Amino acid sequence: MANIKELSKLEERFSSGHRACSGCTAPLVVRMLMMAAGETPVVVGSATGCLEVVTTIFPYTAWKTPFIHSAFENSAATVSGVETAYRSLKKQGKYEDKDVRFVALGGDGGTYDIGFQSLSGAMERGHNMVYVCYNNEAYMNTGIQRSSATPKFGETTTSPVGSVEPGKKQFPKNLTKIMAAHGIPYVAQGIPSMWNDLITKFQKALNCGGPAFVNVLAPCRLGWAFPSEKAIQIGRDAVDTCVWPLYEVVNGEYKITYKPKEKKPVEHYLKQQTRYRHLFKPGGEKAIEEIQKWVDSEWEKLKRLAGEE
Amino acid sequence: MGKLTEIRWHGRGGQGAKTVALLLGDAALSEGKYIQAFPEYGPERTGAPVQSFNRISDEPITLHCHVKNPDVVVVLDPTLIGPVDITAGLSPDGVVIINTNQPASELKSKLNLNGRKLYTLDASTIAVETIGRNIPNTPMLGALAKVTGILSYETLMEDTKKKLEKKFRNKPEVIEGNLKAIERAYSEVKGDE
Amino acid sequence: MAKVLDDAAKAAQGKATKRALTGNEAVALAMRQINPDVVAAYPITPATEIVQIFSTYVADGLVNTEFVAVESEHSAMSATLGASAAGARAMTGTSSQGLALMWEMLYICAGLRLPVVMPVVNRALSAPINIHGDHSDTMGARDAGWIQIFSENSQEAYDNLIQAIRIAEHPEILLPTMVTMDGFIISHAMEVVEIQSDEDVRKFLGTYKPERTVLDIDRPITMGGLDFTDYYFEHRRSIAEPMINAKQYILEVAAEFEQKFGRKYGLFEEYKMEDADYAIVVLGSTAGTAKIAVDELRAQGVKAGMLKIRVFRPFPYEEIAEAIAKCKAVAVMDRSDGLAGRGGPVFGEVRNAICDMEKKPITVDYVYGLGGRDIDVEMIKSVYSDLQRIAATGDKALVTYLGVRD
Repeated sequence: MANIKELSKLEERFSSGHRACSGCTAPLVVRMLMMAAGETPVVVGSATGCLEVVTTIFPYTAWKTPFIHSAFENSAATVSGVETAYRSLKKQGKYEDKDVRFVALGGDGGTYDIGFQSLSGAMERGHNMVYVCYNNEAYMNTGIQRSSATPKFGETTTSPVGSVEPGKKQFPKNLTKIMAAHGIPYVAQGIPSMWNDLITKFQKALNCGGPAFVNVLAPCRLGWAFPSEKAIQIGRDAVDTCVWPLYEVVNGEYKITYKPKEKKPVEHYLKQQTRYRHLFKPGGEKAIEEIQKWVDSEWEKLKRLAGEE
Repeated sequence: MGKLTEIRWHGRGGQGAKTVALLLGDAALSEGKYIQAFPEYGPERTGAPVQSFNRISDEPITLHCHVKNPDVVVVLDPTLIGPVDITAGLSPDGVVIINTNQPASELKSKLNLNGRKLYTLDASTIAVETIGRNIPNTPMLGALAKVTGILSYETLMEDTKKKLEKKFRNKPEVIEGNLKAIERAYSEVKGDE
Repeated sequence: MAKVLDDAAKAAQGKATKRALTGNEAVALAMRQINPDVVAAYPITPATEIVQIFSTYVADGLVNTEFVAVESEHSAMSATLGASAAGARAMTGTSSQGLALMWEMLYICAGLRLPVVMPVVNRALSAPINIHGDHSDTMGARDAGWIQIFSENSQEAYDNLIQAIRIAEHPEILLPTMVTMDGFIISHAMEVVEIQSDEDVRKFLGTYKPERTVLDIDRPITMGGLDFTDYYFEHRRSIAEPMINAKQYILEVAAEFEQKFGRKYGLFEEYKMEDADYAIVVLGSTAGTAKIAVDELRAQGVKAGMLKIRVFRPFPYEEIAEAIAKCKAVAVMDRSDGLAGRGGPVFGEVRNAICDMEKKPITVDYVYGLGGRDIDVEMIKSVYSDLQRIAATGDKALVTYLGVRD
């Protein structure tokens, strides 16, 4: 468990002044991650995407910790190279004896889609690194295009709602479970709205001694279309409706880390986001029903995996 | 490059045509010669006809094209005669060495020799009797050394021993068998006269 | 493997040894002597053996290298780049489609000024799929910001790879460098190669101490940031500068190499060019075959010469222009095609080099050897006889496809 008093004493390694949208949750993910590291040195790599673009505009940088970006689909591969160099140099006595952690960041586009192979490879090879996906459920950097993380019926600029199409036609793939299937020591799902849960997960990931993957839902006011001050609340709702369950998989053991006291209907979550507005016009009830059924079924499956049923 | 000798090996995939070219190259180097050894690369698999090549010279070799007019053709598998034109491009004073248990006189009619010399050796039998397996390439290397004089007997024996000692440290019988095979090849290879 | 271990043992003793090695073996052996901190690679014919042999060195503890068997060439270059950014001497190796898959990362590696060194075994590009040697792969990467060095044979591949470390890491250069050899023709052909001792090679190479790295926790840097229109142009221009200036340092490294090991290298090699009327410009293994053609023609009284380009990037424009200035006719031999009716990339560069000269030779292009199609002495001699006819009559075909069936 993280202690907010202790955390508040840490020097921030991610500075203000970056150019993220107001209400963007990706910087929160990074700040919580750096807090979780405490005073341990962290080298960060990032895929091309919103976060990289808004934090590294030359000649400025928001990073007070070493940072590398090379391309879109290779955050995991690039950081695996950095981590390997660290091991090699340290082994040969060419690097001072600092205990360093390595983090690769990517949005859902850079993680679920174009960077999936690179991620899978790096995790399979067992590099001592944490991969953090800040998942805002579409390609936001290029103007809200659908990804394989985009929810069913979500409207994006490449899954537009038209007279015959209902928005995205597929449910998102479950990348967290796919990563758990890699058999790595630590996999988790989190959200910045639940800061203590997330920081604790980051701490576990950073200290698991091997590859770790943390999938963080990062509500996007622009792409999901909600007022910027609602970002944290909407994240709460994602969790309380079980649209985004919080859990971890430690050495293959599933554990749900947060169970809503009262599971809210998905409608409550959907109606606050313009990307779902078409579901609240006549004829949209069936789609909402379908989403509810899917969320319920996924939640039940997860509970079974966690041995709760 | 007056003393350039070009050799073409014919075999079937798995018979060691590539290996024998490499062995010959290595052995010739230890006599201070310049060498090339390279296989022909295609989609060939086990059992398919394959070729490999050597160039051996007293001077540095800069040629990097195919061997089209070999001075020596060595055939590791007699069943290739017919399906493969083994004398193709053979130089006018070139020689052919074939692994066969048939007398040279019987083979001669099947080959377009035009007066060029044919040598035979029952390398398969020698290999089975000395090494214990039908790997005709080592005895054929012995036959080649004898017929062409491109490599001294001593060098060949020494180099083969050295090479096999690394690979078969725990199987002295393999080393001994191979050396015996070369020795027998030296005395048993026959000309067509 | 036994053979290569033997090399290791011998070379460690401090004497140069003559060994019979394939191009891949020679390059793998050079990599063992270089002893990089990190190698990340993915197998591809005909370069697979390099990483295969190298991984046996790792398995036997003959190198300090951390070897990463990545899941693609894109990741190979990404991980190599990451390792280099972290201050490691980092290498990979590839060919053909693998190099094509790396394309994006080649530019980024150069843009980040990371001195990665990579052997490339030249192979044709698909389609149709073909595993044999031509220069399409490397030529496609010619403007990526990599120094490109071509090798005629295994010896040159070995020597060039060792020099490439010094070139790439030169503080005035700091650009990634690829060293190429022709697929199968060199990579899989055994030849005699002189191997220097481990000790001598390591002394020649020295250690790599980069100015700033992403492992420098106390002085954190942001590497690979975003430039808008206000900075991008300046940054890209700053990559051209070291490339343009690299020639002199490449020659300095070559001079030191010659002084230590006795083998001479330049930006290109001139063979009987002093008084040549007819010359061909060629890269890679074909140069060796061309030397025989030149010798045979010289014996017949034809003033034939050959210029073999070693350093294709940076292209030695002025030097080559000067070398061929006095020829009557010059044929450029391109082992890749621009598919646009004006020959291959070497032709474009040579024509660029001579374009402003007042008196210049007639130049024509021969596209040859695609997909490993053989080129022999007779074919090269036919090019010289074309040149003689062209010089006499002025009647020329700008581009000829040599050795192709109609």
